[in-house]
Order: sequence, then C-alpha cells, then structure tokens
Amino acid sequence: MEFPEELLYSEDHEWVRDEANQVTIGITDYAQSQLKDIVYVDLPEIGSEYKKGESMGVVESVKTVADIFSPVTGNVLEKNLELKDHPEWVNTDPYGKGWLLRMELNEKEELKGLLSSKAYQGTLSEDS
Amino acid sequence: MEDYLRYIPHTQKDVREMLEAVGVRSIEDLFGSIPKEQRLSKPLDLPGPLSEPDLIRHVQGLESPILTSFIGGGAYHHFIPAVVSHLASRSEFYTAYTPYQPEISQGTLQAIFEYQTLMCQLTGMEVSNASMYDGASSLAEAVLMAHRITGRKKILVSEAIHPEYRKVIQTYIDPEEQEVVLIPYLKKEGRTNEKALAQFLDQDVSAVIIQSPNFFGVIEDLKNIGEGVHKAGGLMIICFSEAIAYGILKPPGEMGVDIVAGEGQSLGIPLSFGGPYLGIFTTNEKFIRNMPGRLVGETVDLEGKRGFVLTLATREQHIRREKATSNICTNEGLCALMATVYLSCLGKKGLRELALMNLSKAEYAKKVASRIKGCRLTFSSPTFNEFVMEIEGDPENVLERLRREGIVGGLPLARFYPELNRHLLVTVTEMNTKEEMDRWANVLEKVLK
Amino acid sequence: MKNRRDTGLIQNEPLIFEQGSEGRRGYSLPQWDIEEVEVNRLLPSHFLRKELEGFPQLSEMDVVRHFTRLSQWNYGVDNGFYPLGSCTMKYNPKINEEVARMKGFAHIHPYQPESLVQGILKLMVELGGFLSEITGMDQATLQPAAGAHGELTGMMMIRAALQARGEKRKRVLVPDTAHGTNCSTSTVASYQVVEIKSNERGVIPPRKIEELMDEEVAGIMVTNPNTLGFFEEHLAEIAEIVHRKGGFVYCDGANLNALMGIVKLGDLGVDMVHLNLHKTFSTPHGGGGPGSGPLAVKSELAPFLPVPVIEKEGETYRFNFDRPKSIGRIKAFYGNFGVALKAYAYIFSMGAEGLKRASEVAVLNANYLMKGLKGSFNLPYDRPCMHECVFTDRYQEKHHVSTLDIAKRLIDYGFHPPTIYFPLVVKGALMMEPTETEGKEELDRFIETMTAIAKEAEENPDLLRQAPTKVKVRRLDEVRAARKPKLRWSPNT
Repeated sequence: MEFPEELLYSEDHEWVRDEANQVTIGITDYAQSQLKDIVYVDLPEIGSEYKKGESMGVVESVKTVADIFSPVTGNVLEKNLELKDHPEWVNTDPYGKGWLLRMELNEKEELKGLLSSKAYQGTLSEDS
Repeated sequence: MEDYLRYIPHTQKDVREMLEAVGVRSIEDLFGSIPKEQRLSKPLDLPGPLSEPDLIRHVQGLESPILTSFIGGGAYHHFIPAVVSHLASRSEFYTAYTPYQPEISQGTLQAIFEYQTLMCQLTGMEVSNASMYDGASSLAEAVLMAHRITGRKKILVSEAIHPEYRKVIQTYIDPEEQEVVLIPYLKKEGRTNEKALAQFLDQDVSAVIIQSPNFFGVIEDLKNIGEGVHKAGGLMIICFSEAIAYGILKPPGEMGVDIVAGEGQSLGIPLSFGGPYLGIFTTNEKFIRNMPGRLVGETVDLEGKRGFVLTLATREQHIRREKATSNICTNEGLCALMATVYLSCLGKKGLRELALMNLSKAEYAKKVASRIKGCRLTFSSPTFNEFVMEIEGDPENVLERLRREGIVGGLPLARFYPELNRHLLVTVTEMNTKEEMDRWANVLEKVLK
Repeated sequence: MKNRRDTGLIQNEPLIFEQGSEGRRGYSLPQWDIEEVEVNRLLPSHFLRKELEGFPQLSEMDVVRHFTRLSQWNYGVDNGFYPLGSCTMKYNPKINEEVARMKGFAHIHPYQPESLVQGILKLMVELGGFLSEITGMDQATLQPAAGAHGELTGMMMIRAALQARGEKRKRVLVPDTAHGTNCSTSTVASYQVVEIKSNERGVIPPRKIEELMDEEVAGIMVTNPNTLGFFEEHLAEIAEIVHRKGGFVYCDGANLNALMGIVKLGDLGVDMVHLNLHKTFSTPHGGGGPGSGPLAVKSELAPFLPVPVIEKEGETYRFNFDRPKSIGRIKAFYGNFGVALKAYAYIFSMGAEGLKRASEVAVLNANYLMKGLKGSFNLPYDRPCMHECVFTDRYQEKHHVSTLDIAKRLIDYGFHPPTIYFPLVVKGALMMEPTETEGKEELDRFIETMTAIAKEAEENPDLLRQAPTKVKVRRLDEVRAARKPKLRWSPNT
C-alpha cells in the first residue's frame, strides 16, 4: 500500500494535496482497499461550501458506503466528472486518475491539523 | 389434543437425546437467562389447538357472502386467470425468502426483472423498483423522494386523489418539513382545477400529485400540467389505483412525469378485503439513487452466463441504516409475481381489449343510469370504469334496497366528500354482465320512483 | 429459440420478452354482451396510448412453462433447510393457504358494507386480541404491511404521544445489534439515532441507558431476544430507566419465536411491539413479501393507533374512523388481511400449548446446532442461546476462506445458507436460526455438512472459493451490476 510523502492525510482516510490557494482531495489507498470494488461516487455541486469535517458526498462499493468528509473549509472548485463512468479509478489509481475534488483553501492553518504520511500510517496499525 | 405436533417433528426420544447432547437436563434449563420472576406461570389464553377439519369448519363460519357488486374506489373485482394462482402457488416461489443468495434465487430474481420491465412499459418510465406495500404507501414514498431531491416544502395534492392515499401522505410526512396544499376539483367536470393549481406553483413546490383515472373515475387531462411544475422546479408525480386503464391510456412517462406511484391490485391479485396488494413505483434513471425499495439488475456469472442480482442495495436500510432512502425491507414480492404472470397471459392485445371492455361496460352503465328518473351523472369529463352519480334519496336507504336484491350498488361518497352526500361512486368491470347492470338499473328505478 | 442448451432439469429460459410471437394469446375475456365503444370518439387522442410496446405475446402454456422453469431455480422452505437467522423460516402450513383462498375472504371488497363482513371483522378483532395476549399488550392494529411498516407506525405513535404531552424529542436509542430497519425507521420518523454498544455478554448494559437517557430521548428500540440470540436480561430495568425520563420502549418482535408462552414482553415494560406474521406466525415469505407487521400496544398508546379501529357494539362489529388522536393511516384499507388470515389459522392450529411448544423446541434446536458446530467454527459468545446462534469465520480465515465462501459451499450441499455478515457487531458472522419445524435428522445432516465444510476449508479451500458449482448460475458479478445498472429489458439490447 502506498502513501506518498508529499501528501497530507486526514483521520477519515482522505488525502490532500496542497496547491497554494487550493487543494486536491481523494481517498487513500487504505480506504479504497477497505471498500473494495467501488461502483459509484457521489460528489457535491461545484460552488457548494463545506466546513472542515462535514460530509460532502459518498463513495460506494457493492455493500458499503463511506462518507467523504471535507478535510478543509471552503468552496468546491472542480470535481472529477470522469468518475461517473470510471468509478474503478478510485481503486486502481487513488492518488492520480481517482482524485475526487478540488477545493479552495481559505484557512491555510487547517492544513496543520492534517497528518503526514508516516503519522497517517501510524493510525492504521492501531486500527487493525 | 396434540394436533399441533404435525408441525413439530420432535419425538420425546429426540428431545431427550438433544438435551443430552446440549448438556442440560430439561428444556426449562435452556431458558435460564430469563429472570424467573418474568416467566409466565399460566398458559396463554388462546383458543385451539384445532385439527384441519375443525379449523376449516370454524373459518367457514366467518366467511362473507358474495353479492353482485358495483364498488371499486381503489380495489377492483377483475377476473383472475387460473394460471395466476396456480403458478403463484408453486412453493419454490412462495416459501422462499428475499433473494439475497442469487445462485439459488434466479427464479424470483428473473421474475422481478420481468416485473420491473413490465411496469416500465406500462407506465412509460425508465426504471421500476421491485414493489412497495400498496398504492397509497408507494405514493407517500414518492412524496418523500421528491422532498429528498428538491429539498422543498410544499406538496400540491389534488383533492380528486383517493382520500385514503391522501391520508397516508399526511401520516408519512414530517409536518415541520413538508406541507400538503389541497388543489380542489372542478365541481362540474370532476377534474383537478388546473387554474387553482397554477396559482400555487412557486419556488417552494416540491411536487404536484395528480391521480388518473382519479377517485371519481375521471381521466385527468395531464397534457399541460407537467410543464408548469417543471418550470417552477418541482417534480410531477402521477398516481393511479386502476392499472387496467393503462391498457388504453397514454402512459405518464410520455407526458414528462418524474415519478409514477400506483396500485397494482387489478393485475391478478384478489380483493382479500384490502390486502395484500401491490405498490407500483417507477421513475426515471436520473433519480435511481434516490429511489426507495429493492432493485434487481442483470449481470453475468463467473462463466459469463446471464444472471440476476439485487443491486444498488446501498440505498437500502440493511446497508445505509439511518441514511437509507426508505425503511422498507419486505415488500410485496409474490404479488409482483402474480402481476407478472397476469400480464404475461394478457399480453399486448389482452390488456388493451380488457381496458376497452371495462370502458365500454361503464359507458353502458352510465347510459342506463342517466335514463333513470332521480338519478344524474355528476361529472361531465370522460371516465374509465367508474363514475359518480347523484340520486334523489338517502344513499344508504337506496343501497339497502339494492342489497336486499343481492346487489352492492355503489360506494356512498359522503364519508370522503361531505359535499357529495347524495352521491355514489359506481364501478363496472368486465365481471359485471349486461344482465346485472340492467337489474341494478331496474331496482334503482323502482326505488327512486 | 436458438441454442437454449438445457441440461437435465436445469432448463434455460429466456425472458418473457424474448419469446412468443405477434398475435399469440394466452387470455380469454368474458363475452362482449354490450357494444364496444368507439374509443377515439369518446376520448381525445392525447389521452390514448399507442400499443403496449414490448409487452409479451404468449400462449397459456408458454406462460406456464416459463414460470414453472423459473420456480425450479429457486430454493424455498419446501425444498429444504433454511437456517436464515432472524428470518424464522419455519414450515408454512398448506391449510393456511387454502383458508386464505376461500371465496368468502379472497373475493371480498374492502368497501363491502359492514353488515356483510361481520365475520371478517370479528376475525380481525380476535386476531388482534390473540397477538395482544401473546405479547402482554392491550390492543393491536393489523394495518402495517410488514415489520418495518409496523416499526414506522410505532415510532409515529410515539411522536404523537409525546406531542400530546406538549413535548418534542429528538433522539432514539438503538443498540448496535439492531436490524437495519430500526435505524432507518427512526430517521423516517424524524429521529436521530444514538447507537448503544452491547456489552461482553452481548446484551444492553442498563448503565449505558442511564447515561444516555434524558428528556430529549423519545425512547429505545430493542429486539428481544436480540440478533445475537440472547435474551435482553436487563430489559425490565432498562424500561424503568426509559420510563422514568418519560420515554417509550419499542420492541422489534422479529424474534418472538423464542418467547411465545414463556414471557410476555408487556410484563417487562415494553410499551409496543410489532410482530412479523411472516416469521413467527408461519405465513410464507413469498420471495420477499407480502408480509404483515401488526403492532400491539399498551392502552396508554391506544388512542394514537392508525384509523380505522374495529369496535364491537353489542353483537355488531364496526369501523371507527373518528379517533382524533390517531396518527392517521399508513396504508389504504386495513392491512394485509390475506396474510393475517393465515396467521389466524396458525394460532388456532397451534393453541396456547402448541405455540409454547414451538418456542421451546425452537430454542432446543438452536442450542443443539450451537453445540454441534462449536468445535468447527468460532463461537464469539459462548453461552446458551435462545432461538438462534451466531458463529464466525475466524477459524477459517487462516485458510483464506470467508463467511461468504462457507455460505456458498452450503449451497452445493443442498442447504440454504444462514444469514451472513449480520449482526454487524460480529465480524464475519454466520447467524443461524433452525426454527422448531426442523427435526433432529435434518439438524444432524446440517451439522455433518458444516463440519465437512470446515474440513474442506483446511484441506481444499478452493472448493469453497469456487462454490457454488452445482447450480444454474455460479457466483454473479455484483460489481458489474452496480456500476452499469441494467434494471429492465429493452428491445435494443
């Protein structure tokens, strides 16, 4: 399982890529492996606003549903429309083609609450 | 006395051996986790046990007489081909559980897939679920779904919708989140008042609901309604209680409708004093994820063979629990099967011919009724197989006189519509012969003279 | 039909839409004794449909063969042992089917005047009385069409009862062993769910309730016995805590088959309970319904019951619609009468003595099964159970064999699998409920089979992973079904 060093992670198993005034968000390799075959991704409308920790959509496999919790506060700028036809990309390429959303980043400070790759991996061993 | 043992195979020897294997002395010991003081000290106060012949004798004493009947109003006396009950009596169907293990449930699953297809064809919609409890609860679920989609508050409900369906909607909604606005019917035509409806169409409207044929048997003119609703950003819901009408009527799907909720009892399901019936629920693909109830989908097995499975189950209670689209679990599977067999027999031509026969018979009844002095057809709009008529005289008295002649002559409407206190809803299906209708008219004529 | 490739009794059968022929008919209608109207004159053209596109055109025998073949791909209680936990797949007596088909019931219209349906009304009142007697309640409604519908009725009544006191509460307590319907019902009734963790004995600890219960909580939904198959031994104490804070105790009666004639739920402080007639009272499941979920309540809650209520005045039964405190209606007419009728027949067939015997033997069977499988499968809660027991796949995990594989392998041996992956608190759960109608030989055969499967898991795990093989279709691609939903046949595909 991979957890790229350059990314930040939330305890809810999202990854966040810091891109100056915005962030790209997806779910981690661990999350996709737990969910197994993903069949559907429900993403919010562009322009909708979320507070950190709010549920902004869901990722579904055949028999499970996982909420996507917003790792930051801000507006949704862009969503990965291709997942509509290719939900499996979340499984096969969670950090690449399987990205979910871009959001604006209002409070840079919020990123400090996220975990490093190593720290995130630490939470996983405790979990299982 | 121990007649009930026909359903419990254990001999005393079996029980002894099993207790020994479990390692307890008596059955009593197995209930050790129940606090002693909570255990019942005396037997339940119940009748029986009865043997089969005694049981039959007992229930025969409770049966109702079968009279010539002109009542409908949401439940209809249609002929059920012998094939329907024979096939639905195959115990591989009726003693099976919900098809959670697809490899040994292909019979149920393929039949539901066929049912879903038939319902889509009948209503002109893109997707159907595997059934709901009945027409009324199906409609209530449609209202909840519209609210989930639009997030809006107002539901415009035609007053010509079955009064019991309206009552169920009222029970299902949370009054803090949703509000029913009744749209009156036109007193002359018996149709929903389109102008009144248009006045209420605004940004708060979640859905508009019209029944067609409506509770008065009147076929609603839906041509222009949908457009206005969509312009206001709401959803259009059509319901019906007489599915046979769609053998000739234009399917709601061809009129831009978003959800169709109907009662399928007419499709081969016996009257059974009000249930079990069949809730039909169809909608369009874009709303699939918001749909209540089970869905069967086509797929392939390991070897590439076609097969069917329950699918999109993440909407349902057993997976999404408190976030499910509905709490429905057990639905009306066997009734859906009966409807599937029924429609397979009638087919393309049969359903149309049956609908025409119902329409024609009702027209004949209207004709003979309108000739009776003291009897007047109330509404001018076209109807399907039921109609409202006003009589000069107390409906209960008139009905009582008909009853003495072995006829249940119609449904008095005062209970549902206080303003229609001298009115009867009269229903005629293919089961009512010309001779019956003539006799009904003769008695009416005599009584009203 | 090209290439149907039947094998023995496993006959392939296309969809009804893929067979038949233009002009073929499988129906007959009563004679035309009146003139056919000219529909185009009577109705404007925009009212009328074109033909029923895609509808089948089959002969009667085509239809019979089609559905007979389909039925043969199904497994029902009449085919064999069906140990689905919490579903109570007991034998469905045939006499009940005959009773439900009697003309004086099956052909009776729900709006038939009261004077002509006195027997039916009497029967409904009696059945409500029997169900109240069995559960220790005061009054029952037969209106709910299924268990979840009964739950919804109950939660709405609780909401109404609180409202009548001028209160509005927000939350409902639901244990982690609950059926999914309990949670979704609470939501539909506009309550937030607060999950209660069961303790190491698999039951609800009263201490937890004491902590969580306050004036914002409408009540608790419990299942007794719970889905782990244990009697909620502190229920009376829990009920007292809930009542003290003005809440109500709802009991999901799905597992009543363990308690008939043994305990009355009403005596434990339960305020309302729904019954699944299609479980405890032997009516068939129908491949997913119709069920019937009557709700029995204490007299304090009776004013809120759905309308109509049937009352007896002298020797006459009548519907009472005038109940100002009622929640209203949850269904048109009066419930799934045709199903209720079968339960009524069952109660008469069994009597008090027979129902108690059924519960005793159901519990004996479950304990016998538990004992017999204990060596081969992991038993997470090792103590005597009520009507069902829960195992897991922990012993088989090391051979990379899962609960699903075990379930599918059972199919190859001619059994229906148990309930799997439920309750959620047990990882890889296999939940088994034998019911009282299975005899010792059948249980022995099942235990032998399960033991053999456990051995196969060690020695030849592929047999399990590949299972089932002796069926019409092998494991199905559920991912494909969900990614590209195909929910109906259409002529173009």
